[in-house]
Amino acid sequence: MLRFLIHAWHTIDDRLGVRKYFLPIIQHPVPPDTNWWYVFGSATLVTFIMQIVTGTVLATIYVPSTAHAYDSMQFITRDAFLGHLVRGLHYWGASAMILFIGIHSVRVYLMGAFKYPREANWLTGSVLMVLTLGMGFSGQLLPWDQNAVWSVIVGAEQAAKVPIVGTALARWILAGQMLGGMTLSRFYAAHVFFFPGLMFLVLGLHLYLVIYNGISEPPKAGRPVDLKQYRAWYEHMIKTEGVPFWPDAAWRDMVFGVLLVSTIFLLAWYVGPPALKKPPDPTIIDASPQPYWYFLWFFSVLAMSPHAGETFLIIATPSVFFIVMFLLPFIAHKGERSPRRRPWAVALVIMSVIIIGVFWYEAKIHPWVPDFHAQVLPQSVVNSNDPAVIHGASLFHERGCEFCHHVSGYGGHRGPDLTDIGNRLSSQQMMTFIMNGGYNMPPFASLLKANDANDLVAFLQSRKVSGNSQALTRTKQ
Amino acid sequence: MNTNERSGESDPVSQVRRDMLNAVCILLGLGASALVAAPVVGFLLAPFLRPKPRLWRPVGRLQDFQVGQTVQVKFARSNPLPWDGFLAETSAWLRRETEGYLIAFSINCTHLGCPVRWEKNAELFLCPCHGGVYDDSGNVVAGPPPRSLVRYPVRVTNGNVEIQTTPIPLV
Repeated sequence: MLRFLIHAWHTIDDRLGVRKYFLPIIQHPVPPDTNWWYVFGSATLVTFIMQIVTGTVLATIYVPSTAHAYDSMQFITRDAFLGHLVRGLHYWGASAMILFIGIHSVRVYLMGAFKYPREANWLTGSVLMVLTLGMGFSGQLLPWDQNAVWSVIVGAEQAAKVPIVGTALARWILAGQMLGGMTLSRFYAAHVFFFPGLMFLVLGLHLYLVIYNGISEPPKAGRPVDLKQYRAWYEHMIKTEGVPFWPDAAWRDMVFGVLLVSTIFLLAWYVGPPALKKPPDPTIIDASPQPYWYFLWFFSVLAMSPHAGETFLIIATPSVFFIVMFLLPFIAHKGERSPRRRPWAVALVIMSVIIIGVFWYEAKIHPWVPDFHAQVLPQSVVNSNDPAVIHGASLFHERGCEFCHHVSGYGGHRGPDLTDIGNRLSSQQMMTFIMNGGYNMPPFASLLKANDANDLVAFLQSRKVSGNSQALTRTKQ
Repeated sequence: MNTNERSGESDPVSQVRRDMLNAVCILLGLGASALVAAPVVGFLLAPFLRPKPRLWRPVGRLQDFQVGQTVQVKFARSNPLPWDGFLAETSAWLRRETEGYLIAFSINCTHLGCPVRWEKNAELFLCPCHGGVYDDSGNVVAGPPPRSLVRYPVRVTNGNVEIQTTPIPLV
């Protein structure tokens, strides 16, 4: 029996060339000192495979039609056997893929692994990054709920701001002049055929280049890349000290990959996919569109940019980012690789992480969104028998002040907190603000009757916090 | 066989033949690719080549709209597809400014297209995305929007208020 199996294996191997071509690839020699920093590329690959598998099975139920997509998503999420879990795997897999392609590229950047001779590795990786973000955007639309519909419009309006080709680009995203049946079909085709097809091609090239150029050795300060000597040096080092990728280095990729898949599974099981919002009916006005977490920080860039330079900012920033990304291996392909000798590279990464983190935090509390569900101020807050103050308090709610201004735990956060405004402004100053408005506040001169304005000011003047409790609030902050 | 080929390499006639085969193969391949590429690219342009008639859609009787009021109206989009589903309808804010003067505002904020809401008591349009604010005439009074709300053509025929179907405004 054993002899038969061995014979069978030899026959198969002879016809397929497993030992001749496949084994040398997975056992190709790599530098002996690769470490845990090297697992993020394979982690991204693991998530990509997960996405292909879970996406393929989701497509067996999902209906890419504007009339039925939402219902089929409801069915997948609520009724289909294991549908909630599989959608969760796809969502958390996508999140992990975007996270790890980001970490992988930062790792490669910090360790200077994009330098000679691995420039093409970086360029194919950059294309994969762009495609992954394209997958993230198109994937966020396929649930085809209210959020998706408005994301298409926000995406198109943003594209429309690009000089010269903007309008054409926006119409391309919308698939015409209006949202319609073709809008979703095109995003579906992009998400399941165009982008993944391109990704397979570019990923194949990327992996080929990893083998062809060899895995970069951990950088050492004071050992710069020399265009003339690097290849010979690397080949010599690999020949004398190299270890087979499988299993000497690959075991870390396996361990990390298994942990990653397990984490994604647990998140899909316990947290699940994001809940579907209202139906994708563009005539439902009660909407608060927000992108998925991976684009959320950019959403707050859109809200917080100074109005005057905004168009420039939202077109220029991403353009500069991608242009620099694609030019990087051409302008910095030699010299020091070690982050110890590249303080500007380290500073750039830290700055970017801080900036994105701050925008993320802001997006989480989204202080610029009016609080449409602000409650009428209760008596305990108004705390006055003066009819002018009581009337002013009701105007504060009715006339929309409370959408943006906070008073003792009620109302929005767009404008300044007015809980203790009576301590800070005189009646005259308040009147000026109310009548003329401000940078983000409409003028109410034409909207308020004279008496109403006076009552509103009376109410605001009553918003005082006594010395002690003021000090208390300050300490709390 | 190998020997023959090797000897052929130095033969100028074989080399010419080889160059010609090379060129012909590449040309044939390009030709076949173009044969498929042309209709494929054309097909992708389909959404842009459909006729987009601008139609007048009735949204209600004139007497149903009160002077000084702003209400949301819904109407069918131009040239819909059978499977449009939720997207078959579009909407606008209709304001009857005076007896005979109506304004139809696009619901899309001029900042990034989110749906603005008319807040009746505050007499303001507010945008939920990034906090744009417009007054009752659609003028920007606060927030990031670069310009006034877009207006759709509106008319009254035989007591029916009609709005003209218009592409999503791109600003």
